Amino acid sequence: MGNLVSRRQFLKLTGGAAVGAAAVSTDARAAASADAGGAVLPYKAKVVGKAGLLGPDHAVAFTFPDASSPCALLKLGTAVPGGVGPDQDIVAYSTMCTHMGCGVSYDSVQRVFRCPCHFSVFDAEKSGEMVCGQATENLPRIVLKYDGKDDSITAVAVVGLLYGRQSNIL
Amino acid sequence: MSTTHDRVALPPVGAQRTNLTCHFCIVGCGYHVYKWNAEVEGGRAPNQNALGLDFRKQLPPLTAIMTPAMTNVIKDKDGRRYNIMILPDRGCSVNQGLSSTRGGQLAKVMYTADGVGRERLRNPRVYVGDAWFDTSWDDALGLYCGVTKKILDSDGPAELVFDCFDHGGAGGGFENTWATGKLMFTALKTPMVRIHNRPAYNSECHATREMGIGELNNSYEDAELADVIMAIGCNSYETQTNYFLAHWVPNLLGGTVAKKQKWFPGEAAGRARIIFVDPRRTPTIAVAEQVAGNDNVLHLDIEPGTDIALFNGLLTYVVEQGWHDGDFIARHTRDFDITVPANRLSLEETSRITGVPVARLRQAAEWAYRPKAAGQRTRTMHAYEKGIIWGNDNYLIQSALVDLVLATHNVGRRGTGVVRMGGHQEGYTRPPYPGDKKIYIDQEIIQGRGLMYTAWGANPFQTTLNAEQHRAAILHRAGIVREAIGKARGASTKDKVDVIYDAVKNRGGLFLASINLYPTALAEAAHVLLPAAHPGETHLTSMNGERRCRLSERFMDPPGVARADCLIAADIANSLGAMYAAEGKADLSMRFAGFDWKTEEDAFNDGFRAAGTAGAPPIDSQGGGTGYLATYDRLRAAGNNGVQLPIKEYKDGKLIGTEMLYTDNKFDTADGKAIFKPSPWPGLPRMVADQRAKHRFWINNGRVNEVWQTGYHDMYNEFVRGRWPMAFLEINPDDAASLGVSAGDVVELFNDYGSTYAMTYPEPSIKKSQTFMQFGYWNGIAGDLVTPWTDRNIIPYYKGTWASIRRVGTVADFKETVSFKPRRYA
Repeated sequence: MGNLVSRRQFLKLTGGAAVGAAAVSTDARAAASADAGGAVLPYKAKVVGKAGLLGPDHAVAFTFPDASSPCALLKLGTAVPGGVGPDQDIVAYSTMCTHMGCGVSYDSVQRVFRCPCHFSVFDAEKSGEMVCGQATENLPRIVLKYDGKDDSITAVAVVGLLYGRQSNIL
Repeated sequence: MSTTHDRVALPPVGAQRTNLTCHFCIVGCGYHVYKWNAEVEGGRAPNQNALGLDFRKQLPPLTAIMTPAMTNVIKDKDGRRYNIMILPDRGCSVNQGLSSTRGGQLAKVMYTADGVGRERLRNPRVYVGDAWFDTSWDDALGLYCGVTKKILDSDGPAELVFDCFDHGGAGGGFENTWATGKLMFTALKTPMVRIHNRPAYNSECHATREMGIGELNNSYEDAELADVIMAIGCNSYETQTNYFLAHWVPNLLGGTVAKKQKWFPGEAAGRARIIFVDPRRTPTIAVAEQVAGNDNVLHLDIEPGTDIALFNGLLTYVVEQGWHDGDFIARHTRDFDITVPANRLSLEETSRITGVPVARLRQAAEWAYRPKAAGQRTRTMHAYEKGIIWGNDNYLIQSALVDLVLATHNVGRRGTGVVRMGGHQEGYTRPPYPGDKKIYIDQEIIQGRGLMYTAWGANPFQTTLNAEQHRAAILHRAGIVREAIGKARGASTKDKVDVIYDAVKNRGGLFLASINLYPTALAEAAHVLLPAAHPGETHLTSMNGERRCRLSERFMDPPGVARADCLIAADIANSLGAMYAAEGKADLSMRFAGFDWKTEEDAFNDGFRAAGTAGAPPIDSQGGGTGYLATYDRLRAAGNNGVQLPIKEYKDGKLIGTEMLYTDNKFDTADGKAIFKPSPWPGLPRMVADQRAKHRFWINNGRVNEVWQTGYHDMYNEFVRGRWPMAFLEINPDDAASLGVSAGDVVELFNDYGSTYAMTYPEPSIKKSQTFMQFGYWNGIAGDLVTPWTDRNIIPYYKGTWASIRRVGTVADFKETVSFKPRRYA
């Protein structure tokens, strides 16, 4: 979990409002790290929604870190580890199954993602943990940042390798 | 290992590529191992990486599987670091590019100093004073062989007990079953041997073999050709994953109709129907309903232990309807006439015993056994595994099932077969067992017999029946030896051997050695640990559930001085031989001859390839008499598709194998006729029925998708350990409420034989008063509750377990981190 921790610590240090600028300012360092085989990539932060506009258990589609990487933004209604926003309940995940890249669908009753290809199931309330299935990785989680000033949710990084990529940043 | 990687290194063009057969279940999926200098990466353009894929843009779904778990950085003895990437082989007919969650982590579990394998044994260890210490092979073998020789000389071979694998894959394979077999049976000549998952030296398939039908008699392709698949006590999505996904699912979806029409011209062909025989609604049933539709799935949710009644009822009904194959029965079988009356059971009585409504029994019979049209027999494949193997009288259930199969001629025709689904791969080549009866080894140990116990790739602390009492006996007896060793400060090896011998001979002790990848739970009791190697670190041949034999190639060094099991066996034999030679005992020394092997291939040639050849000793081999045709070079050339045993010939540079057995209706009996076996319904064994009467819950138990075997790797793999920090217990939510427990709470299960803990996992489809517990785990041991009852061949009834349950408390960690969402796809 070292990479995750360092990323979190970094975001904590830079502060929410400065995320965009911080991402730009660290591009060079992160890119150098990527070239050297490190795992902190130069993600470009992207505002993906407003907390107040998210309904309970309604998945909002967005893409991150680029247009060919579909993701889902969820407000679960109860606080979960890694959740952000006023209620610590907003999370986001890649919707490409880590096994073979099929699109996972969200079940708002069970709060799981299901893959129709080889029947893997991932828990949206437990950091994308594989409930059952043939993946070898949990569902990649999109690291979010909440800014209370404008109620915005910003995607800043990805935890876990997206399907079909050598690197999360193409 | 972190699972938060967001990039991986690609193999460059020209990276070394070798073949590896996954050893994390019987299916044996083919994988390619790429290995290259860790300081180099391939580029993203398709002409810049060995995969030929364009990583400059997003790969479409289903293109390839390449996850961080499929990569690792290892260090060889040349001091260099290498990247490895282990990807499923699209050209392998078994998995066709699919990976399971187990095989998908083959790279991750390979040894690195700080990875999943960090606790691997790098060196032999001996127990000295009150702790474990690394030592040399010479020191460890001096002690191991010294005690062995002392017992052999003073008390004879029957005091040397072994608990040893007999299968393929890791901790097995033709090389290693041969070497251990030759050591135990030819050199030491001990009959005191049990197998890794059962308490005697026996087959799990006595009945079907006596009836003339080997248990692996079809090809995976037959599941694509079947009209009906009868899945009996097998949970194949979880435990034979890619056989199910690559071969069953296409048939259930209707994707193989054209293939059927081509193979069987003029015959009615449609999508397959599937009938499950299982008391539990398994995750496999849920998946089957998704792909086949509810109308094509029939679940016979029998009462526990009533399989025999079910098959007898179906046989009776089939014969009443005239759906049996009279011509086949008359020409190619015996004893039909005595079996039908002996097994006779009306559908009404069958329904009363099994709890399955008559209408559903009748529907199953119509699907599986009513001819499609005049002269067109339905092709029904019968697949079975631990529900039968570990069921209420293994011998009788198999008899009843194969009776039904024979009556309806569902063997030897493509699209049929009566096959076990399997756990490990297979890989049996051994000299004949040197005894005339089956010995219930666990009871011998509990009763204080046997002076030395070698657990070889086996962990009876987690995987035997009546495990608590067995473990208590070993801990007590091994403790006597530990106490003696603790007092022998500064003793030479020779003096230590004398001290140990006194403890085992005169004080009730038991000297315990474990040969394995990891220390395992046996380190709590043992005195010597010898470090073994596994596929990837050693060349290994095995065969899968369709008898497909592959060479799994070595691509890296084992950790430290760990050795392939076959070479450890050779070291033991050679050490003992030298000891006898030094004493001038040439005759005894000669017993330990024939182990002058330098490599695994030497062991393969000495056993598998020698079987049936002129001048060779008797050898029981799954390669039969044509194993000699398979050289390492030829198998290497055959790649991940290998060859299906028995080999027919080597022609035009290719090994030609056997897709299906008994296509000529010549069965494995003296006269070639298959034999029906009377198998009347016996009820539950008394010992089991007593527990059922005293305890409220049925503790069904078995394997789970995410975990391989005892969790020997997985207990160190956060992806698995985090999912299953403790053996889980599926329980009906109403039952959970009545016990005052909720998801993640820890409960104690207990009965007259033992007690253990498990993690509560409420599941609505579990019937009231029934449960399902993960088997063989390192944290929560279902075997502690299993009665010592066995069938006539000393096969346990692991599934026949009843216990009471009480709430223990809440482990906050489980509640916070573990998902308790439904595991059945909906």
